[in-house]
Amino acid sequence: MNSQYNMLSQEALAKIDREVAKYPADQKQSAVMAALVIAQDEKGWLSQEAIAAVAGYLGMAPIAAYEVASFYNMYDLHPVGKYKLTVCTNLPCALSGGVHAADYVKEKLGIDFDETTPDGKFTLKEGECMGACGDAPVMLVNNKRMCGFMFPEEIDKLLAECK
Amino acid sequence: MALIDTINPLLTTGWSRGDAGWRLKDYEARGGYVQLKRVLASKMTQDELIAEVKKSALRGRGGAGFPTGLKWSFMPKAATEKYVVCNSDEGEPGTFKDRDLLRFDPHSTIEGMIIAAYAVGAKLGYNYIHGEIFEIYQRFEEALGEARAAGYLGDRILGSEFSFDLFAHHGWGAYICGEETGLLESIEGKKGQPRYKPPFPANFGLYGKPTTINNTETFAAIPFILGMGGEAYLNLGKANNGGTKLFSVSGHVNRPGNYEVPMGTPFAKLLEMAGGMRGGRKLKAVIPGGSSAPVLPGDVMMECSMDYDSIAKAGSMLGSGAVIVMDETVCMVKALERLSYFYFEESCGQCTPCREGSGWLYRVVHRIEHGQGRTEDLDLLDRVTDNMMGKTICALADAAAFPVRSFIKHFRSEFEYHIENKKCLVNPDVQRAGSGFFRASSTAGAA
Repeated sequence: MNSQYNMLSQEALAKIDREVAKYPADQKQSAVMAALVIAQDEKGWLSQEAIAAVAGYLGMAPIAAYEVASFYNMYDLHPVGKYKLTVCTNLPCALSGGVHAADYVKEKLGIDFDETTPDGKFTLKEGECMGACGDAPVMLVNNKRMCGFMFPEEIDKLLAECK
Repeated sequence: MALIDTINPLLTTGWSRGDAGWRLKDYEARGGYVQLKRVLASKMTQDELIAEVKKSALRGRGGAGFPTGLKWSFMPKAATEKYVVCNSDEGEPGTFKDRDLLRFDPHSTIEGMIIAAYAVGAKLGYNYIHGEIFEIYQRFEEALGEARAAGYLGDRILGSEFSFDLFAHHGWGAYICGEETGLLESIEGKKGQPRYKPPFPANFGLYGKPTTINNTETFAAIPFILGMGGEAYLNLGKANNGGTKLFSVSGHVNRPGNYEVPMGTPFAKLLEMAGGMRGGRKLKAVIPGGSSAPVLPGDVMMECSMDYDSIAKAGSMLGSGAVIVMDETVCMVKALERLSYFYFEESCGQCTPCREGSGWLYRVVHRIEHGQGRTEDLDLLDRVTDNMMGKTICALADAAAFPVRSFIKHFRSEFEYHIENKKCLVNPDVQRAGSGFFRASSTAGAA
């Protein structure tokens, strides 16, 4: 195997293979979104090298993979804290406290949106609609875990859980 | 949360057990996959199947309301490589029905997609699931595994001549992929920028091949339509607006959540089901069909019934059925500012009127909200929306313009007050109390 993929583990490559298998044999590029998530999960964020490794593995030009990585909001093109918290502040959430929940987290962590705590533990992001407005206020932990009804007590509990 | 209330459960039949009732055995126990078996065993023709769906007057549940049977009939018969795609990229602010459908009853969508594939002659399908609901994507993959193991997916399904396989594809944070051709680009592993239409997906879809793309709720309705018959389904609703519909009720109600009601149910009834107004406050405004639909004043909304035609007559759209309820604690300028920011943030950038216009709308509404509005700003907003609507490849520009025009149309005096007095008409303390966030806190006593 070409050395450029070395930065991704065998386990990650096996996961990417499972994604590739979903699509017609001549459409490997279809797996790029999932593959970038797999790389991001493994590396913590997507460096140019990680994006290029995914592109090479799928037989795409690096710029084509970078276009995807930079188009979709949940790819992290810069390092983030151990826990990335994304708070939805869109209107339906805001009507039920989304903005206040974000303010509460900001105060607790002492950071604003797009900032990381000095200990590298938390990064805070402002999110757009996550499709769970009935559970407002809603936040995502590390992109994949959704938490609903996040009032002060629940936020305190979540922050305490993040070791 | 599972279903709270319903008038006539159909799509939500399987929701009563919440997270405990989604597995294949549960779905089969409530009659699941019976319709697929019947279609295959009776060797129903594609035309018969499509005719039954047409009879039901099922209209696309994703927002456009296009007749589903008609859409299926556009698929060229002669083509050999065809696809069926489900749009579960639910990111329209206010909409959260597809998430619950896939969470509590993923197999009804799977069965609906298999039957649709049979009707249009597709061998392969994808369900594109909103990236933010990754846990639901994982559950859907599990459900697909169950269906495959049971012989409902794969080669020669249940011993018939018909083969079809289905996979899940996830998004990763781009509202624009809810637009069907942007979604297809995204499955192809590209930026989700919408395509020029025509050609429509029925002729040039995924990988350039004929593709039928429907919303999750549309597919999920198919087994129920076949079970009760197209005509009976139609009669649940009203003419031209067949069946039941899921409404996602959010905002200032006591019980936000999904409600399944027959098409044509009065809005007042839906509001009552959602527990009425939070804190007994007065209804100010409603966005009846997701954030892209024009806002309606509360008193106009109270006269409407929940179907495509009634809402259209009142000057808005039923859209995806996302009902955003706002009470008197809302500053309409601030509400619009947040929506305008959303469209600015989510414009994919390929069409100049949308890329630039959405930024103009946001910046001008922002300055009005922040006490820097100018007398001519309302006319300026009007002109910018004029230059956006109908001038772009997809409808995102229109979706950005509709809220601006309708908020100003119905609540003009609030915007004028803001410009003149450089502050909100609604007292900031009242606005703060409205969200209910501090209710749960031990330090705040506000109701």
